[in-house]
Formats: sequence, structure tokens, C-alpha cells
Amino acid sequence: MSSVEVRSVTKAWGETRAVDDVSFSVAKGELVVLLGPSGCGKSTMLRMIAGLDEPTTGMIAIEGRDVAGLTGSARGVAMVFQSYALFPHLTVSDNITFGLSVRGTSKQEMAERLARTAALLDLDKLLRRKPAQLSGGQQQRVALGRALIAKAPVCLLDEPLSNLDAQLRQELRREIRALQQRLGITMIYVTHDQTEAMSMADRVILMRGGRIEQNGRPAELYERPATLFAARFIGGAPMNFLDLDDAPLGAVIAGSTGPALFAGPGRGRVLGLRPEDVAVDSANGRAAFHATVTAVEYLGGEALVSCSLGDRAIQARTRGDGAPPIGTAVGLSWDAAASHVFDAASGERLTIDTGTAATSPQLHTVTNQGQIRA
Amino acid sequence: MAAPRASRLNIHLQGWLLVLPAVVLLATFTHVPAVETVIDSFFSTPHGKRPAVYIGFDQYRTMLADPVFWLAFRNNLLYALITVPLAIALALLMALWVNGRIKGRAALRLAFFTPTILPMVAAANIWLFFYTPDYGLLNQIIRLFGFESVNWLGSPATALPALMAVTVWKEAGFFMIFFLAALQQVPPVLYEAARMENASSWLVFRRITWPLLMPTTLFVAVNALINAFRVVDQVIAMTGGGPNNATALLLFYIFQVAFSFWDSGYAAALSVVLLSTLAIIAFLQFFLLDRKIHYR
Repeated sequence: MSSVEVRSVTKAWGETRAVDDVSFSVAKGELVVLLGPSGCGKSTMLRMIAGLDEPTTGMIAIEGRDVAGLTGSARGVAMVFQSYALFPHLTVSDNITFGLSVRGTSKQEMAERLARTAALLDLDKLLRRKPAQLSGGQQQRVALGRALIAKAPVCLLDEPLSNLDAQLRQELRREIRALQQRLGITMIYVTHDQTEAMSMADRVILMRGGRIEQNGRPAELYERPATLFAARFIGGAPMNFLDLDDAPLGAVIAGSTGPALFAGPGRGRVLGLRPEDVAVDSANGRAAFHATVTAVEYLGGEALVSCSLGDRAIQARTRGDGAPPIGTAVGLSWDAAASHVFDAASGERLTIDTGTAATSPQLHTVTNQGQIRA
Repeated sequence: MAAPRASRLNIHLQGWLLVLPAVVLLATFTHVPAVETVIDSFFSTPHGKRPAVYIGFDQYRTMLADPVFWLAFRNNLLYALITVPLAIALALLMALWVNGRIKGRAALRLAFFTPTILPMVAAANIWLFFYTPDYGLLNQIIRLFGFESVNWLGSPATALPALMAVTVWKEAGFFMIFFLAALQQVPPVLYEAARMENASSWLVFRRITWPLLMPTTLFVAVNALINAFRVVDQVIAMTGGGPNNATALLLFYIFQVAFSFWDSGYAAALSVVLLSTLAIIAFLQFFLLDRKIHYR
């Protein structure tokens, strides 16, 4: 039985559809990240799961039960808000036990659960303080405590780390993930930060314009982006996109000299290459694509090398100490299996056998390794 | 060396010159008269060629024996204890109501605020019409239900409550604005957090809204209390302190003693008592209640 089931849910505000026919399900104990740029409908989706907003059409089930008309704790859901939403006049312990006190839990049970939650989140020494006397990270822990103490089977987090500095964010990321796995709770986590999504999630649901762009494991999103948008959104350094053109032997990179990449038409198609998949060789090496280095961005352990390939720009990632100087002529090569081909008009990923182009010995491929499925 | 010192001196001088108008105004019309009142209260009232002489606490002894003073004091205390909580409760209710998402919210807000815009004398005249015996609005209504006409402002039992009603009506709209501003300062996400726990609206009010409004409530309460002891215009406009001093309030009595009976020494002593009462109230509110209030 899935913990959360969302079936063709739509949320419309007048003419605009914030969420447009979205369906997905979340298994018990799974951490699913709703990822996307601002305005993609991920927060609206989360609020509908929480019961703070009702869907215009569609159905949401939690633990196998249709929860229409119920809110928050009544549907077995707890939530951590982006701005924490701590009650400023209540102490940390009163904030954490607020929900329990609303439900009339006995004083003794409340104290026991408070002690356990506080120990879990390392809040023991802060229980008498007011939120204003806490750091951002501590406030976040209190908000987390308030969500966890109820032992709701599903916990929702709305960009919980976006107000914290980078270091703290990384720490809490690990901590939240560890807690979630230890307690075995189902978590739905909203963020616009793809690093956060990739590092925490069991599964990532990428949203755009109110619709699901791709739903899969982080590795699937990275290795097989379903659309141009997914390819652009996922990954540290942005993916290179090169327009393709027709040539007698197959598709070639438009505006450059080089061998055909695969048999078949190239016009109207886009080649996507992650910088980390592009290797930089010396000009007289085996590489088939000749380019000139135009800029180098040194990042310490690695460097981003911008090159011009014909009249196109392409970025490659090299070791930090291995970047060629600007102006050098270099050869570029990549594993055919690492190339992604998209339809330029629809943005859809195309299933193209990039390994069987007529002449591609330079793309050191093993036959059929380049088989790509959408 | 000389130049910087001169300019520093200059800056001090400039500073004093800048505050001078405010200092002069405050001193002339507030502080000097206040101090003089305290001094005057220990002197007899000068009459014609007889100058004021020092009489110590005589004026205060007279006061203790003055039944009208005690009546005015009691009236005023009642007036404050009833109008202040009523006006605050009503203001809060109206603010909660017009803070919600209802149709015609702006019109409603304006309607609640209108009594504040009216000058007291104009409002008093409207209410005089309501209270008029026989053909006044109130009497017409109660006669519809078969009751006898009441002389609201003419009988000692109803005159003070009638004045209180005017005050509550006039003050509540004004205080509503403060509560409304405070309500809009509460982050909506707090209410969402409470909704997640399915807290009832009464519980949300009691545990979230009310505590967060406390600073405003204190501010409003202090102002309302001070106003309650400063009321004089509607007494003059509506009852003249009567019948039989039933609506005599402290400030009205002071006004009467000073400008009808021309006993300025006694009036000064009464003023000192009024000022001390107000000072004690303000002190109690700020120093005792303050500790229990959460300020954002």
C-alpha cells in the first residue's frame, strides 16, 4: 500500500492552473522530493497534500484513505513550514507540544514524548527558550520537532532549509535524511535546489508549469533526463546543448566539422552533453572534434573549460590542474553512451542508437554501449 | 585646536536650538502648569485684594469631607471600570470581524470608524436625540414593545450608564483600528500551523491571537483608562453633571470648581489627585503587566 497517493489532481485559481492533472504515489518510508523552479506548482501540491488547500479536481489518499475535507493531523500529516511558523510567544517545549495539547494528550505522556523528541533533535537544553532566542538552525529543529512529535505517518517539508547558510544546510540535510530513515516515516520534501534533491531523495519528482516533467530515482534523472528541461535543471554545471544538422553520413553538430554522430537526420534535434562527460585531449590526439579554449573557470579540484566548437560553445570539465590555457587548440571526445538526444521542438528525449553511426571510431565506443532509452 | 572645539560647541548649540521650540511648548503648556498646580494646591484661593496664603494640606482635608468629590470619584471609577473593558472587547470583536474575508469589508471598517471621526459635541447631540424623553429614538422603540418611556438622561439611575454607552460607541471604533493593525501583523503561516493541528478557532484565539495582541491591548487599555478620567465634553454637552451630580466625573467637577465656583486652590488640589490616580494606573499597567507580555 502506498503511503500517499495523488490521482490526477488539478488546482486552478481562476484561469491559471497551478497544478495541472498531476498523479504520483509515494511508498511507505520513502523520501520523495518535489523539485522545480519557483512557480512550478510544487508548493501548491504540498499544501494540497497537507489539506491546507483543497484540489479543484482529483483525489488524494493517505495510508489508503481518501482524505478530502480533512486537514493536517486529521489526515495523518505533519508539516514543516519554510519560515518555520513557530509561535513567537511560546517556549520551545510549548511550541513542540502544541499539537498534542490541542488534542488533549495527558501531561505525563506529553512530557515523555517531548523528552524523546528533544533528545532526538538535540534540543534538551533549549526547551525553555523562546524562538527569538534561537539561531536559524535551532528554530528549524524545533519546527521539525513539532512535526515529528505527533508521529504522523507522513511528514511534509516546504523548502525547510532555504533560510539557512550553506554549511548548516548541508548538515541538516544529512540529519533530516538520517532521521527519516531511522524513524521510517514517509517524507515529501519540496525544494528548488537540485543538489538538495539529488543528495536526499529516494525519488525525485521534477515539476514544471504545474505538470510532472519527470518522476524517477535521482540517478535516472541525471543519466536519462526525459526532456530538455530536466536535462537543464539537473546537474551541477549546466548541460551543453548543441544543435544537430543533416549530413550525408548522418547527424552532425551544426556549424562544425566533425564526424557523424549517428545515422539519420540531425536537423531539428539537439545533442545534450554533460561537461563532465566531455574529455579534453591535445589537438593531435585521437579526438574527432577540434575546438579552441575560450575561457577557464578554475574551481579547485576541477575546472570548467569553455571551448568554441566551430561556431558553437561547449563546456568540458577537467581536473583542476589539467586545464589547458586559453587559446589552445584542443580535441574533444566523449563516450557515445553519454550523449543525450532531444527533439528541439517538443523537448522530448529521443531513443537513438548513437553507437551505430557510419564512421565513429573516434568516439571510442563499444558497440551497443550507446543504446539509449527514453 | 581651537577650530574643532568651536565647531563642537557649535553643534551643541545647534542641537539645543533645534529642540528649543518643543521644549518651550512643552514647558509652557505642560510641565510648568503641572508643577504650579501642585504648588497651588497648598495655598488658599486668592480673592480680590486677598492674596493666596500657604495653608498646607487644608484643601485636601476639605476634599476628604466633600461628598461631591467622593461621588465624582466613585462615578469616574465606575465609568472607567465599565467603559474600558467594554470598549476593548467590542473593538476586538469588530477587528476580528473585519479582518476576516467578508464582503463589503472596507465599508464595514469605515462604518465602525465613523464615530471616531465625529466631534464629541456632534456625537453627543445625536445621542441626545436618541435619549430624548417621549419622542426620542430609544423611547419610540421601547414603546413599540409596550414599555413606558424612560427619561434616560433625567433619572439618576440611567444617566451615567447612558453616558457610558456613548463613550463605548465612540471609543470602540478608534481602538478597532489598533487591533486591526496588530491582527494584520500576525503572520498567516502561524494560523496555518495551528490548522495543521486542527485547533478550534476559540483555541487559536486563546493561545495564539490573544497573546500576540497583548502589547496592543495594553496600549489601548492605558489610553482608554486615561481617556475615561479625562472625559468632560459629553458631560457638559449632555447632562451638565446632573441629575443631582449623578453624572459628575472628576474632570467635570474640577472644571466646575475652577470656572463656575472660581475656587482655583481647591481645583488645583483636585487636579493633583486626578493626576496621581492616572500616574498610578499607568505605572501598574506598564510595570506589572509588562512582564507577562510577549513583544515581537
